[in-house]
Amino acid sequence: MSAQVEVVLAERGVDVAFEVADGETVALLGPNGAGKSTTLSVLGGLLRPDAGRVVLDGEELTGPGRWVAPHARRTALLAQDPLLFPHLSVLENVAFGPRSRGSGRRDARATAEHWLAEVDAADLAERRPTQLSGGQAQRVAVARALAAEPRLLLLDEPMAALDVAVAPALRTLLRRVLAERTTVIVTHHVLDALLLADRVVVLDGGRVVEQGTTADVLSRPRSAFAARFAGLNLVAGTATPDGVRRPDGLVLHGTPGDPPPVAGAAAVAVFRPSAVAVHREPPGGSPRNALPVVVSELEPLGDLVRVRAGELAADVTVASVTELGLAPGASVTFVVKTTEVDVYARPFEHR
Amino acid sequence: MSRARHVGLPRWLFGPALLAGAFVVLPVASMTTRIALGDFWSLVTSRAARSALVLSLETSSASTALCLLLGVPLATVLARGEGRWLGPLRSLVLLPLVLPPVVGGIALLSTFGRQGLLGGELEALGIRIAFTSVAVVLAQTFVSLPFLVISLEGALRTAGERYDVVAASLGARPTTVLRRVTLPLVLPGLASGAVLAFARSLGEFGATITFAGSLEGTTRTLPLLIYNLRVTDADAAVAMSLVLVAVAVLVIGLVRPRGAL
Repeated sequence: MSAQVEVVLAERGVDVAFEVADGETVALLGPNGAGKSTTLSVLGGLLRPDAGRVVLDGEELTGPGRWVAPHARRTALLAQDPLLFPHLSVLENVAFGPRSRGSGRRDARATAEHWLAEVDAADLAERRPTQLSGGQAQRVAVARALAAEPRLLLLDEPMAALDVAVAPALRTLLRRVLAERTTVIVTHHVLDALLLADRVVVLDGGRVVEQGTTADVLSRPRSAFAARFAGLNLVAGTATPDGVRRPDGLVLHGTPGDPPPVAGAAAVAVFRPSAVAVHREPPGGSPRNALPVVVSELEPLGDLVRVRAGELAADVTVASVTELGLAPGASVTFVVKTTEVDVYARPFEHR
Repeated sequence: MSRARHVGLPRWLFGPALLAGAFVVLPVASMTTRIALGDFWSLVTSRAARSALVLSLETSSASTALCLLLGVPLATVLARGEGRWLGPLRSLVLLPLVLPPVVGGIALLSTFGRQGLLGGELEALGIRIAFTSVAVVLAQTFVSLPFLVISLEGALRTAGERYDVVAASLGARPTTVLRRVTLPLVLPGLASGAVLAFARSLGEFGATITFAGSLEGTTRTLPLLIYNLRVTDADAAVAMSLVLVAVAVLVIGLVRPRGAL
């Protein structure tokens, strides 16, 4: 069931278009207010766009003069909050979709039992939603959504409300049940994109700023958001023959990537925080880039410390933090080898 | 449920508060001193009393049913519907709440009475409403409907639309959503609304006497009987009043734990 989506909402400044191929999981990424949830609402038929179309499997659901009601779309929605019907048992909750679509009591029950088993929640069937933990409730909600046999599954940050300890199990479960299923997932978590999505679409300010396969976008981001999302540093500017010139004139040297930058056009330089060395004084020696920065915050990162300086980050050992006396407000130099910097053309942003 | 209060109350508040409580409780309690327990039973089981009590219970049940039949759709439309005309409608529905019941009776009479707006058409169909038991039910419904609508509309707003949205996304038609999700979730609000409507119907006086009159066995409900007895048999009036007090206390007990209204 492939889907084509075009959404224009003047009031919210949203103008977004993308496609989901049959059996594909697409992750919608982007900062808050980028239009992700709005897009999901349009797909589910909860919001009517000013213009645009939603076509699912060749059938137009939303379009000029065309409107299919939410219940007739077969686009099941799974939100951050499991929203299990509190007056129904777990089994009745999961049987709700089949019952609503006309299945008999017995068939609906069998379908519900099948999906509960599929999410390892068969033993919860007779419980009330109030007797479930957050993770259990969300697993049941997944079963309930799947039991409705949606043509398109819409997930709105399904892991966001879960305990850090519980989220991985649900992610693994989703990875299993989402295979071969046409899905759009809104997420803020890089692992969701990595493990669940075939492709990502990055929204910012109501526009698609980048899209591509998950591996491409996360390893070679060309938008500031995708870079931050992937934990990479990104410096935007104008392409020079061997690097990127920032608006303030500083040039970052690197090696051209794919798509290659065109001198004079918009380009981005991307490098990993672990490739950055932090110095108190600007060092000599030429095959290196030196970026004068002011430390804005320090955060723990496993056995390393991530030193943030505005948009940029460097990963250093705890020992070097003490040695260099790093603290918010300290003026330091981020140094990165030119071989560690990839430069890409930037076709999407500011279009 | 325990509740911590860190800011003390001004001491002078307790005087007026106690006075207010006494102002409500004392008159009701004083009725019990006016009548001997031995007489009570014979007074409330007299033929007129029994007939009025039965009529009251019957008409109040009927009007509560009518309130549910009309009020549930109205409350749902008011809580969930969209449209500019809903605001004014919401205010108009509250009208019977602030209107003197006797005015309500006159309004009903001018609609369903023989000379009324619809009186001619009804007469042609062989239907007479004014001064019948049906008129009692209509009068009670008129004054009770806002109680059910307000209570249910509030419950619907509090419950929100999130579950409705999920149900629709699972393929449930609007009617299925209403029947299987929306209404079951507001059942406590619906129940307390119905109990309040029943209580208001049971106590209805002004609209009933204006629109339905006071005919024993047909339209003389308990409040009307009490008003009649007040002059001729004061003790009986007090005894019947106590019956209504008992019913009222029962109703409060039914509604209060739900917390609505």
